[in-house]
Amino acid sequence: MSAARGGVVNESRLSADRPLLDVRDLTVHFPVPRPGGGLVREFDIVRAVDGVSFSVRRGETLGLVGESGCGKSTTGRAVLQLLPPSSGEVFFDGQPIHSWWVRRGRRFAWDARLRELRRRMQMIFQDPHASLDPRMTIEGIIGEPLGNFGLATGAARRPRVQELMETVGLNPRFMRRYPHEFSGGQRQRVGIARALALGPEFIVADEPISALDVSIQAQILNLLARLRDELGLTVLFVAHDLAAVRHVSDRIAVMYLGRIVEVAAASTIVSNPLHPYTRALISAVPVPDPVREKSRQRIVLTGDVPSPVNPPSGCPFHTRCPLREDRCRVDVPRLRTIAPGHDVACHLVG
Amino acid sequence: MQSETATDTVLDVRDLRTYFKLDEHVVKAVDGVSFSIRRGETLGIVGESGSGKSVACLSALGLVPRPPAFHPSGQVLYRGRNLLGLPERQLQNLRGNRLAMIFQDPMTSLNPYLRVSRQLTEVLEVHKSATATEARRAAIAMLERVGIPDAARRIDNYPHQFSGGMRQRVMIAMALLCEPEVLFADEPTTALDVTIQAQILELIAELKHTFGTAVVLITHDLGVVAGTTDRVAVMYAGRIVEEGPTSEVFASPTHPYTLGLLESLPRIDAGPEGELAAIPGLPPDLAHLPSGCPFHPRCSRVLDRCRESYPPQVVLSPTHSAACFDIEVAS
Repeated sequence: MSAARGGVVNESRLSADRPLLDVRDLTVHFPVPRPGGGLVREFDIVRAVDGVSFSVRRGETLGLVGESGCGKSTTGRAVLQLLPPSSGEVFFDGQPIHSWWVRRGRRFAWDARLRELRRRMQMIFQDPHASLDPRMTIEGIIGEPLGNFGLATGAARRPRVQELMETVGLNPRFMRRYPHEFSGGQRQRVGIARALALGPEFIVADEPISALDVSIQAQILNLLARLRDELGLTVLFVAHDLAAVRHVSDRIAVMYLGRIVEVAAASTIVSNPLHPYTRALISAVPVPDPVREKSRQRIVLTGDVPSPVNPPSGCPFHTRCPLREDRCRVDVPRLRTIAPGHDVACHLVG
Repeated sequence: MQSETATDTVLDVRDLRTYFKLDEHVVKAVDGVSFSIRRGETLGIVGESGSGKSVACLSALGLVPRPPAFHPSGQVLYRGRNLLGLPERQLQNLRGNRLAMIFQDPMTSLNPYLRVSRQLTEVLEVHKSATATEARRAAIAMLERVGIPDAARRIDNYPHQFSGGMRQRVMIAMALLCEPEVLFADEPTTALDVTIQAQILELIAELKHTFGTAVVLITHDLGVVAGTTDRVAVMYAGRIVEEGPTSEVFASPTHPYTLGLLESLPRIDAGPEGELAAIPGLPPDLAHLPSGCPFHPRCSRVLDRCRESYPPQVVLSPTHSAACFDIEVAS
């Protein structure tokens, strides 16, 4: 990992042309049956992602942080078109991939272009227990994408599987074993090898270390950073652990209740957070240092995150915000550029 | 924290061993753990999954099913009585009363079929022989105390009607109703978001201050330990490998495992860093522990004898010790 990580963005690694990923006003709404409904089923709308815009440059790692239910994972899935966006646009390498869905009756399905796109964009999942088929061997799991795209099947795919296993630090001798024979960290390596099998350019890593033991988390973070640098990957790193996100990301976007409230360089988010929510979030992250912990000013928010079924009017954060004013209850703050590369959605900033 | 009453030891665990018989193997989940805790003190027990931190506390309260568990040795002394030998009836009188526990996941620890009111008042009716009216009044007061708004109405809700953070508050209220002397908190904030975690940790600290409760905080999060505990014990493979005042252990971590854990953490307060100093290898399989020091296959300072026998406790200061041959050589 380059020393510039988490600090100044390493410009030489990033290309200056159009972003690899450009997301504009993305929304994902889910209908859920209204509780206690009568004979006629009525639905509430969960506004999981409610108007999110961001872009990721080639070679860049963007961290997407927020608390459970803020819509960060849903954003990651909608970006990959694993979920059909309700509205908004997602451009990948300039192509409008959000429009590559076809309607089949009441359902949506990928068209051929979207399927082909899997070779270029892949996902690493949170739970290495749930995301590997227990009845497949490691060779089958890592090799499956190769077969799916007609690149190699049977014995022909074996050299590539071996190479992938070595890349992620697994002994290729264990190719014939099953997922249950591996520890959590090793299983996560299998998941990473599978994501890399097709040689993608773009990876969404959804909480890739949160299910792992503390002493294993650093191993996997190092592996992801090394692969990213060696293979020139562009990464959307979705996680709730701010310290980990800060470590691997060039920039960080903070989400709250389906919206991005602040985006800036990783070091800026940590050293100079401007949105009141980001400030509370940063101050709540425990630091393994008793001296600092004692001297830190902690902003303890009152109350809970509101329901995305019935989000508050105006600014979604106003119900817990220590600084709220009257207009926060009414007007939705837009994401505005406060300083170069630093956008904040708050009426009271700037 | 060294006020006059703070020196009273309320719980003294000595050489506790909890083994499980599983098939042909004996799994030594807790293998000779000793710690004591004083009134008003917070002891952090940190370790990874399988390190024995939870089982040690469950054993102390007699909450591990026997068999398959058995205790080949050890004592858990509470006010001079050994809890390990106590008949179940007498243990029940202490549990939830003088010794209370809160768990990681409040959804699975609260009964989903019962209103919160029933679950709270039961504690007082059983242990304090309170009348229904008294118990309800006390329960509402405690819910208000732990920061549940509109407690008089909310007490008649079911657990699923509360958010995660609020459910953990209900659990804490239940644990504190009888004003216990020792509160075991097993990963009380692991299932919660950081902003809610901050609320709950602040609440526990405040209640500890008010009631003088001794708190045993079990966690894997070294950040939480740094901010909330007076002393810390680091566990690995069923044993305490390092113990001391939190400030001392964090300022001069001595055991290679403690050191490795602290160095491997990405830190939000640190400057841009290079590669994290990860501990190599995997946590051990308790049924097939390596010989000697169980950490030796992952240790960068391994000596020949680390493979042969378990290292002795090396006293680093009157309150700080670690179990490591390499430290013994150095000192």
